[in-house]
Amino acid sequence: MNKPETDVSQIGRDYKYGFHTTDKPTFSTGRGLTREVVETISAQKNEPAWMLERRLEAYEHFLTRPIPTWGGDLSRIDFDSIFYYVKPTETEAASWEELPPDIKQTWDRLGIPEAEKKYLAGVGAQYESEVVYHKLQEELVRRGVVFLGMDVGLREHEEIVREHFGKVVPFDDNKFSALNTAVWSGGSFIYVPPGVKVEMPLQAYFRINAENMGQFERTLIVVDEGAFVHYVEGCTAPIYSSDSLHAAVVEIIVKPGGRCRYTTIQNWSTNVYNLVTKRAVAQKNATVEWVDGNLGSKLTMKYPAIVLAGEGAHGEVLSIAFAGAGQHQDTGAKAIHLAPNTTSVITAKSISRGGGRAGYRGLVSVDHGARGAKSKVVCDALILDEESRSDTYPTIRVHEADANIEHEATVSKIGEEQLFYLMSRGLSEQEASSMIVSGFVEPITKELPLEYAVEMNRLIQLQMEGSVG
Amino acid sequence: MPLLEIKDLHVALDDGAEIVKGIDLTVESGEVHAIMGPNGSGKSTLAHALMGHPAYTITSGEVLLDGSSLLKLAPDERAQKGLFLAFQYPYAIPGVTVTSFLRSAMNALRKARTGGEDDPIPIPEFRKELAAATEKLKVPRELLGRYLNDGFSGGEKKRIEILQLALLRPRLAVLDETDSGLDIDALKTIAGGVSDLVGPEMSAIVITHYQRILNYIRPDFVHVFAGGRFVAEGGPELAEQLESEGYDAYLPEASNGAR
Ligand SMILES: Nc1ncnc2c1ncn2[C@@H]1O[C@H](COP(=O)(O)OP(=O)(O)O)[C@@H](O)[C@H]1O
Ligand SMILES: [Mg+2]
Repeated sequence: MNKPETDVSQIGRDYKYGFHTTDKPTFSTGRGLTREVVETISAQKNEPAWMLERRLEAYEHFLTRPIPTWGGDLSRIDFDSIFYYVKPTETEAASWEELPPDIKQTWDRLGIPEAEKKYLAGVGAQYESEVVYHKLQEELVRRGVVFLGMDVGLREHEEIVREHFGKVVPFDDNKFSALNTAVWSGGSFIYVPPGVKVEMPLQAYFRINAENMGQFERTLIVVDEGAFVHYVEGCTAPIYSSDSLHAAVVEIIVKPGGRCRYTTIQNWSTNVYNLVTKRAVAQKNATVEWVDGNLGSKLTMKYPAIVLAGEGAHGEVLSIAFAGAGQHQDTGAKAIHLAPNTTSVITAKSISRGGGRAGYRGLVSVDHGARGAKSKVVCDALILDEESRSDTYPTIRVHEADANIEHEATVSKIGEEQLFYLMSRGLSEQEASSMIVSGFVEPITKELPLEYAVEMNRLIQLQMEGSVG
Repeated sequence: MPLLEIKDLHVALDDGAEIVKGIDLTVESGEVHAIMGPNGSGKSTLAHALMGHPAYTITSGEVLLDGSSLLKLAPDERAQKGLFLAFQYPYAIPGVTVTSFLRSAMNALRKARTGGEDDPIPIPEFRKELAAATEKLKVPRELLGRYLNDGFSGGEKKRIEILQLALLRPRLAVLDETDSGLDIDALKTIAGGVSDLVGPEMSAIVITHYQRILNYIRPDFVHVFAGGRFVAEGGPELAEQLESEGYDAYLPEASNGAR
């Protein structure tokens, strides 16, 4: 409406996390992946032999497993140019001051130390391949909560890690879970003892700094009976002209009556392939909630899954995907009902604009024996212009006659009438469409703690800037 | 200089059909003008065209606010110059609460006033203004936390339109059938609220089908709108005459003698 065109090439400039620093890593395996690289990573970490065996087994599988062709375009990933392991510092710091100045400055610019003071119970910060900072409130340490970098977790709690590692997401689940299992480094290890409720969120922050970096963190969360934890992860990277790869694996086990909420605010720069496998098992009467915000990356393929393994277990997925120019968000959710009277709710909202492509890919499965299962899926897509695209690929498999499955999908455009109404109150076209988009995702942002809701809205505003012609 | 001047305005739809067929209107500051006419005569078309709705094309004529043309301005720029339209059918914005919308709209106008600098209204001041206006217009507090017009009754929507008017303080308010959907008590409160705002700071154009609302917002002039034109003009007494005699005398059929 009578507004000058915005130059699309300027949009990336709004990505305020696009800076990088020029620190020197203390060790790197160089470009490319070989058996020696896998062995070197394991040796660097002084791992038990069983872990090296698992890595090598996964490495062999990765080599033979074909690259998936059903989702986004993965053909341009150059596996030979990627750095699979880059160690930024010698040791993990317990105070921000101990970090090298360049790295500390990065975290300051991202506002992490400040957030820690204000509203977090614990913080982990991963830079390239390693967790460089980790801290949990004393009070929680006393109550037996464990929140460590995954490498330290393996060293200090080998039995728990050995019991669960690769059980929820087997190495051969997919090509990228195989890759992660082979070269994993960093990530979080969390254990919450029976009955302990961690009121404030634990946050992990993942930062890629180097060009062509591959980040392969591995996270394992075990929530014991009747316990609760909310874990939040945030991700950013600099803007480079060549691509980086983030292929994480997250495994969660929630024991009877426990609850785990896992919130992601993924804001990778638009040169990052984000191929993540996330899966949780909910035992009897346990609850798992995935809150998944995908705003950044070049291509994201991620379908957080909940295996409802115990009677009465409940799973929820709330997902927001925003695909701007040059982005493809192929996201969704999976609910696998294995036990009687299990329930799941999946709410997925996507926004595409500027030629971006957002897709919902989901699976609801009710297996033999899962009597009385209930599942509700709602996917709403908002398409902001003619060039952009939205797709829905739902799969439903039901083996029990009394299952109650609902699936609703809507696709909408911003109405001229809504825009006119808001503009007639003095809001510019861009402010008006941002407001409509914020309202569209509100059912999800209202589920977030205030600070994250504000952050999510701010990121959406940034994505919207320059979005209207 | 008059606040608003409409000169020989013609408005057409996208398909070329002409709905407003040449009207002239001058509104001085502090005046209330009533535009009365039968359904489908083009009253809302006129209101939308004044506000700059893209579906209505002004094919000829001129609209001046404070002597300068509005026609090239986008709707937000018209609002920033002091024009306000209370919609006959307000739109819903799911997910955006009435309160947060009101604050954004007030801030948008404040920003325009400072020439583009952000000048957000301090929260305590906003709360105070909001509380005063909601009390005066008897807007249930519960509505403020709900999503704008989402699932609102017709009457609730109209109340929220006038709440916006009270907070945004335009210089010219165009009310498009604000009375429809309101029961008599609500009409009294809301129309009374508008009437209190009328004065040197704000003029009003009250579009209506019925004379009722004009008991609470006394018009200085009444224009009868039929078939895209003003077919009669006069003082408040004209409204009363219309109420008792109806619009028949002004309908094209009547002049054709075809009843
Ligand atoms: N956006 C539109 N698209 C198509 N027809 C329209 C549109 N707006 C108005 N009209 C037509 O223009 C005429 C006048 O409508 P309107 O201005 O709403 O009248 P009033 O407000 O006086 O009842 C009607 O015939 C109506 O159907
Ligand atoms: Mg009308």
